[in-house]
Amino acid sequence: MAISEHLRQLEAESIYILRETAAEFQNPVMLYSIGKDSSVMLHLAMKAFYPSKPPFPLLHVDTTWKFREMIAFRDETAQRMGLNLIVHVNQDGVARGISPIASGSSVHTQVMKTESLRQALDKWKFDAAIGGARRDEEKSRAKERFFSHRNAAHAWDPRNQRPELRRLFNTRIAPGESMRVFPLSNWTEMDVWTYIAAENIPVVDLYFARRRPLVKRDGVLIMVDDDRLPLHFGEVPDMILSRFRTLGCYPLTGAIESNAETVDDIIEELRLSHLSERQGRLIDADESGSMEKKKREGYF
Amino acid sequence: MTRSMRKIPARDSDDSMGLPTLRLLTCGSVDDGKSTLIGRILYDRGLVPDDQLVTLERDSRKFGTTGDDLDLALLVDGLEAEQQQGITIDVAYRYFSTDRRSFIIADTPGHEQYTRNMATGAANCDLAILLIDARKGVLDQTLRHMALVSMLGIRHVVLAINKMDMVNYNEAVFNAIVTDFSRHASGMGFRTLVAIPMSARFGANVTARSTYMPWHQGPCLLDYLETIDVADEAVDAPLRFPIQWVNRPNLDFRGMSGTVMSGRVRVGDEICIADTGLTTHVARIVTMDGDRESAEANDSVTLVFTEEIDATRGDVICHVADRPVVVEQFAAHLFWMGAEKLLPGRSYFIKVNGRTVPASVTEIKHRLNISNQEKMAAKTLRLNEIGFCNISTTRALCIDPFEHFRNSGAFLLIDRTTNATVAIGTIAFPLRRASNVHLQHMSVTKEVRSALKQQKPVVLWFTGLSGSGKSTVANLVEMKLAGQHAHTITLDGDNLRHGLNRDLGFTDADRVENIRRVGEVSKLMVDAGLIVLSSFISPFEAERRMVRELLDPGEFVEIFVDTPLEVCIQRDHKGLYKRALAGEIKNFTGVDQPYERPENAEIVLTPDDGSAEKMAERIVNYLRDRQVVAAD
Repeated sequence: MAISEHLRQLEAESIYILRETAAEFQNPVMLYSIGKDSSVMLHLAMKAFYPSKPPFPLLHVDTTWKFREMIAFRDETAQRMGLNLIVHVNQDGVARGISPIASGSSVHTQVMKTESLRQALDKWKFDAAIGGARRDEEKSRAKERFFSHRNAAHAWDPRNQRPELRRLFNTRIAPGESMRVFPLSNWTEMDVWTYIAAENIPVVDLYFARRRPLVKRDGVLIMVDDDRLPLHFGEVPDMILSRFRTLGCYPLTGAIESNAETVDDIIEELRLSHLSERQGRLIDADESGSMEKKKREGYF
Repeated sequence: MTRSMRKIPARDSDDSMGLPTLRLLTCGSVDDGKSTLIGRILYDRGLVPDDQLVTLERDSRKFGTTGDDLDLALLVDGLEAEQQQGITIDVAYRYFSTDRRSFIIADTPGHEQYTRNMATGAANCDLAILLIDARKGVLDQTLRHMALVSMLGIRHVVLAINKMDMVNYNEAVFNAIVTDFSRHASGMGFRTLVAIPMSARFGANVTARSTYMPWHQGPCLLDYLETIDVADEAVDAPLRFPIQWVNRPNLDFRGMSGTVMSGRVRVGDEICIADTGLTTHVARIVTMDGDRESAEANDSVTLVFTEEIDATRGDVICHVADRPVVVEQFAAHLFWMGAEKLLPGRSYFIKVNGRTVPASVTEIKHRLNISNQEKMAAKTLRLNEIGFCNISTTRALCIDPFEHFRNSGAFLLIDRTTNATVAIGTIAFPLRRASNVHLQHMSVTKEVRSALKQQKPVVLWFTGLSGSGKSTVANLVEMKLAGQHAHTITLDGDNLRHGLNRDLGFTDADRVENIRRVGEVSKLMVDAGLIVLSSFISPFEAERRMVRELLDPGEFVEIFVDTPLEVCIQRDHKGLYKRALAGEIKNFTGVDQPYERPENAEIVLTPDDGSAEKMAERIVNYLRDRQVVAAD
């Protein structure tokens, strides 16, 4: 399937950003979070450096609470593409017994995602971390640059971002500092799915409607992915035809009832949808501005 | 007042998504209603998701400025500080598609303090919506944004005269503003310029024609944006392909990855590396989706050549017949965005086409008075000022005028200490004087001259506060060196200011020029084979580094005479501190001007080293250890 002029422009722009990152940094890494955006980003990286392999490893910051299907897909993808995959778990958090159930979403995310990412970047001394965040996801993301500077403590200063021109990026950093790079900045959720359709890119099956064991909590449909999710008294999972619009830690990710079984179904569903993408994410719901707070502390 | 409207070419008849995405920005003063306008488009077109509408209702009660109505600006003001202060601080990007076109809108700040963020938005757009509050008319900030939009190459402008509801939808008010604006906009190079009266808050003429303003004949804003053709001429310009990344997966493949910035390249084309003049032919144009016959502006591809030639990142590939000028000096427009002002002569980094090299502004031809477009004499540029300057780089670069090369004709200036981007620049034209003055090659070289003197030439650069003892120590060092028949010369700040640098004062800019001259003189002395002792306060790291980089490795010995300020004040041999502290002398280092302590000095002298005699001894030993002079 031929891609539209709109997607062709986005593709070329992302490839430019990826090559710029590889050329300008000593030790870049691609944050691979297994979702649809990561799938697209990885596909673009394969294109950017072809016939070479992407000249950087993939890093997955594993909270130990991802859907099992995600982990299987991750390992299968790295093997199929012949890429170096680094998996990092915050062992300190594991030892402290941090979990979304015992500690709540906010502490779990802080320790197992934000702190864990900082640990990994420090451990391998990565000076650029490429992520799949898009500006249309959330209001504070809409203000991110392609190249987003972080100080030695990984903090973002939203008031002091570097100017960028279409093809000109200041990638200079001081020792200990790092850059977050967002090649998909200008993509929307719809762009991602139409590109997945056009390029036939594999994504985790959780995006497609299947009958899944779900429980409803505070209006959110949570999948019982393993026996770590304690069921309330009398609670019985229902097998509901459903899918996920975004993927994260399974106890924190809401499913939507849907019968979209193919990529084309999903695109059609998106056209008719009146809910934004992150509405299933419990970690954003605390208050508006909460994403900005997390980002200033080093959340991706 | 459409100047020249072109018809949209039917690129893809069966699919309207074939129309190129329109990248546009909204700009204007604070409170002109930029965020409200974007919010209005999204809201009217049903592009606001239900859960965000709920958030909007809640936030409207909390932060809103529109009474009981929804405050649509809150849909786009993302940062907490923005919501609380009711202003947009940083450029925010919004994405939406209609049946006819995809849009990327950069919502940019109106506050003067954040103009540099507005410039980031503008640099990436093809069209600008310039908002004007109908009650206020054309303001300084409107003209500032207009000038910036023009400088950054935007050729299509919509003048959105907003808040018409506040002036009773009065046609005369609209016409007066349009007339006023047109007067300022001539000579800005805009290809289309259309004025639309509207009320973003009440949705008049935004996504549908308004019944309140029957006197306005033109389309509403969205209709206009859906149909305007902003195709740039990048495809028709000469080929420019800067090498971004050399692609070498194995011994059998060597390709040059990059994005075509302008023009078109085909298999079989004879091309050359502009920087070196080496030529070859294009054998393949490689992508993961298969080889291509040609590639044009904005395509990201990998070129493989028939004969391998030496080429690296930053080299620009072009057609043999249509090469850029490769020079070290050029004229450019600068938009200054550094917190610190521009210092002519100071060494910055310039980044252009993937190449980053030291560069300096050698002359400011004029500063633009944004309010009336007048050219003013200027010694510096400050935050948010636009100037026309000569720039000199330490190596020759491909110089393409921005007017015809929107991608390869732009550059960044970067502060070498903080890494902050201090300016966006657009190239005007190359200056040929440098290319006509060729360096003379001499038969008697520095090596020959220094061998005759049986020493290695170096610069001993003494830096430190006034009264720290630089000259005293330097004098003792020179006496010791003379005692063993070494050939030396002393350059003293005070002495040079009586002669060579008589025209310079003590402002930051003059201090930079002072050190530049001393650096060049030191370099000549080193070429003569001499050991040069230079004593200058030289308070700025950037200038000390500039001198270091003029010389070969090992030739610059930085000696930091680290005497505490209190001790210098106590000594005060020349009575200068007394006068400076009394306010009689301005710009005095250590009193009202900073001294940047050297981080990488070869030798640091502190009071712990003992007497000046002991310090001098230490330096001479350093020189003996490095065989600059013979050991006794």
